[in-house]
Amino acid sequence: MRRQNNRVNQLLEVKGLYIGYKTYIGKLKVLNGVDFMVHKGEKVGVIGESGCGKTTTMRAILRILSTNAVIDGGEIHFRGNDVLEMGKKQLNEMRRNNVTMIFQDPTAALNPVFKVGELLADVIKYSGKYGSKQASKKEIHGKSIDILKEVALPDPERVLDSYPFQLSGGMRQRICIAMSLATAKDLLIADEPTTNLDVTIQDQVLRLMKNLVEKRNLSVILISHALGTVRGTVDTVYVMYAGNMIEAARTEELFSNPLHPYTQGLLKSVPKLTGAGFSEGIKGRVPDYINPPSGCRFHPRCDRALDICRKEKPRFLNIDGNNHKVACWLYGKK
Amino acid sequence: MDKNEDLLIVENLTKHFKTSFGVVRAVDGINFKVKLGETFGLVGESGSGKSTTGYVIMGIYTPTSGKILFKSKDISMHAKKRPKYLKKDLAIVFQDPASSLNPTKTVKDVVGLPLKVHELVNNRDELDQRAAELLDAVELPPKDFMQRRPRDLGGGERQAVAIARAIATNPSLIVLDEPTSALDVSIQAKIMKVLMRLQQKLNLSYLFITHDLSLMRNVASRVAIMYLAQIVEFAPTHMFFQNPLHPYTEMLLSSVPVLTDEEEKLKPKEVTSRGEIPSSINPPPGCRFHTRCPFAMDICKVKEPTFVVAEPGHHVACHLMLK
Repeated sequence: MRRQNNRVNQLLEVKGLYIGYKTYIGKLKVLNGVDFMVHKGEKVGVIGESGCGKTTTMRAILRILSTNAVIDGGEIHFRGNDVLEMGKKQLNEMRRNNVTMIFQDPTAALNPVFKVGELLADVIKYSGKYGSKQASKKEIHGKSIDILKEVALPDPERVLDSYPFQLSGGMRQRICIAMSLATAKDLLIADEPTTNLDVTIQDQVLRLMKNLVEKRNLSVILISHALGTVRGTVDTVYVMYAGNMIEAARTEELFSNPLHPYTQGLLKSVPKLTGAGFSEGIKGRVPDYINPPSGCRFHPRCDRALDICRKEKPRFLNIDGNNHKVACWLYGKK
Repeated sequence: MDKNEDLLIVENLTKHFKTSFGVVRAVDGINFKVKLGETFGLVGESGSGKSTTGYVIMGIYTPTSGKILFKSKDISMHAKKRPKYLKKDLAIVFQDPASSLNPTKTVKDVVGLPLKVHELVNNRDELDQRAAELLDAVELPPKDFMQRRPRDLGGGERQAVAIARAIATNPSLIVLDEPTSALDVSIQAKIMKVLMRLQQKLNLSYLFITHDLSLMRNVASRVAIMYLAQIVEFAPTHMFFQNPLHPYTEMLLSSVPVLTDEEEKLKPKEVTSRGEIPSSINPPPGCRFHTRCPFAMDICKVKEPTFVVAEPGHHVACHLMLK
């Protein structure tokens, strides 16, 4: 089942996004023209190593960038409206009802001085989804219990009466999921939701997230540096390197037929359960964003770099008509 | 020492910590042996006691009871009480190179310190030369790195410096405590290659502590799985991955996110992950895994299982094996 690029199905489109950060040593030019797209009901994965701009992109979608961030260009369309042009009221409306985010560290995401019940009650109260702001305490309590049951937390009464520090990491992340799904209608952004969890707990949380999302027909953007977690969860995968989307394809296609030299290197670097040993990894390291390399930002680490790679940035193009997109000079100019 | 001799023997080792909540049983009676030149993998989730085990072996903690024999000498004591020549023979690489390297020192100082402490060099020229050799061994060009400080380095380069420091005294055993879990995958592959080349060249033994089973599959010659302060299964790596026997091991394996269909086939299908790791202050009675085990029987709730030999070298502590 392939979705066409028609505007009707399109939920979110990011076009040519450039974002930098002002620091005392100079300007970090992080995002270098990011393009990507999420359709209704589609699960999209974004993979890339630390510092490649995954989180910056997602924060830009919700307009929650830090104060030293500068948007140098680009557009973010959410259901036809440009997020970057939105006023405060519209933005709040979007954050309240349409787009929601789960962060990497549930300990930092939950306010430690409130009980889980109070945190959840606020979300429910201000979502407007469950009646008016004057919803009775009893109503809110009932909804909270329902929501906690949905994320498979045992003993929801006790959980509501606990402070976040009294719960385990897995339980805290479930609460974050519960809080974000209490209101979301369209898009869930999950920023490395399981990186801080143990593998058996990660498995549970991912399964839970997938079930809830499918039940509600939400779109998801799952960000991760762990390739395996993405493979099991999403429909389409984007690969990001140093502020650019460099490859995108349907999940099976990307993992069986990676085209960009970076994707190939990354996939080879992951140790396999079958035990084939290790590859040499990718030489060098992620570039410095104050003076990023010219042309293709991957060229200093690429074994197959051409002359043109140093001079000109490759465009992110569909190369086989099958929605397999890659930004690399090795695959022709078009 | 010949190839099959036991370099490190851990017998009935326990380490308890007294806290205001009660006694935390971090390590509760574990036994294993590390042979000369091998990589012994210790796998478990957070809080299973794998790092504590490494720290007790290094002498960072004093064991509560039990014995650690290293080259047939008893080292079940704090590092302060160990003879200096034995300390030289053991080294450790920590998980987070950003906090294990002194930020005020240059790379040369960091790598040079153990050389000075153990009087392995006589003068500054020798120190320079030896430090350069060590950086070379971990594939960092010495002239670019000697005078730099940890903050100027990437994560992988920092970890390479930590490895250079660990091999400075020519140890026979290195405890690797999650050496790559703070690094990106492409960097992880590079660091693992360096570690494996060094092992060949210097005939090192590794005690490799990790939570990553796919990584373990590619490094270790033998693997032990820890759950809640105890070892539940140990076996040579190939046997272990083809025929996992303990239900916890199966749960762990089935939770590993993988990249290919061949790997998918290796994952046990019957056991899906459920429940959470209980507190090590009040571990469950009987088999500690019974609260999460899909096959738990009545006996599991009362009687602690003992190790059963499933096939030569493959030991499992589970009541199911006796049925």
